[in-house]
Amino acid sequence: MIVAKRKPFDEIMDLTKDYKKILLVGCGTCVAVCLAGGEKEVAVLAAELEMGRRLQDNPVELGSTTLERQCDREYLAQLDKTAGDYDALVSMACGVGIQFLAERFPNKPVFPAVDTCGLAVNQDVGWYEERCRSCGRCVLGITGGICPVTMCAKGLYNGPCGGTNKGSCEISADQPCAWNAIYDRLKAQGRLDCILAFSPPQEWKDTTPRTLLQPGYKKPEKAKA
Amino acid sequence: MRLNYPPNVKIILVPCTGKVDVIHMLQAIQKGADGVYCVGCLEGSCHYNEGNLRCRERVNHVRELLQEIGLESDRVRMYNLSSGEGPTFAAYATEMTEHIRKLGPNPLKKKPKGN
Repeated sequence: MIVAKRKPFDEIMDLTKDYKKILLVGCGTCVAVCLAGGEKEVAVLAAELEMGRRLQDNPVELGSTTLERQCDREYLAQLDKTAGDYDALVSMACGVGIQFLAERFPNKPVFPAVDTCGLAVNQDVGWYEERCRSCGRCVLGITGGICPVTMCAKGLYNGPCGGTNKGSCEISADQPCAWNAIYDRLKAQGRLDCILAFSPPQEWKDTTPRTLLQPGYKKPEKAKA
Repeated sequence: MRLNYPPNVKIILVPCTGKVDVIHMLQAIQKGADGVYCVGCLEGSCHYNEGNLRCRERVNHVRELLQEIGLESDRVRMYNLSSGEGPTFAAYATEMTEHIRKLGPNPLKKKPKGN
């Protein structure tokens, strides 16, 4: 899932200090599961902001709501009638949700209350570890299910590099070498030949926003409109 | 035992301090409480194994949040005792009351709220 962490309170205070009526908008999906921007975190931020602003003699009127998702229009539409009552919106969704909220209400200042940190697994309650950089070209099939882009400090598609050191990475003895782990796993599976497969360079330069249209979901009638 | 402890302490019963959440402590301060303290079982003696440890983490988190907001973090504390220690409970209530009295009233009480 997408994980995020709450922005420092001072940063949120600074971003929103000029607004007297603010709506805090949480997101009930990924950021709620990773305990960064769900209903509970919205309530905590609301309490913090209300107290912080009062202490600075700059009281604020706050509204709070948590949408099922901020990356879907049908849920954002729930704010159509109420967003106009506020001077600014603060979103606790991931970067995707924040942008979609801002797109829905282009005349309202929209501020982020979280920093989106990537795609991670849930190791324990409140403990998440990144596993995917959504590079758009998955090589897990030939790397024993270990992502070298995420787990290797250099993000090498072809490895290991000369810095691998008895299972650790050259950057730190505490950082496991991803390519060493890939080697061990492929060897255990009897698939060591996979490590010789060459992955062509990733076109990192193409950093335009990616669009995904799933097969079978094209709508020809809309193409004309 | 008929022990005395300061009457300003308002007790809120929870099944375990592990039930106490960040928002409970924050909202108590927000609504004007001068201090909040959680009294859990002794560490290592939690009936639910880790409830009091969870509470301590949350108390520490609330202390950080209060500092960020601009309030004294020491308005929120965690105490531990066993359920058989009535005199210690009364002593902690007295200690916390005296401590909060030194800090003075919650500054939020003088500040007007937004509409």
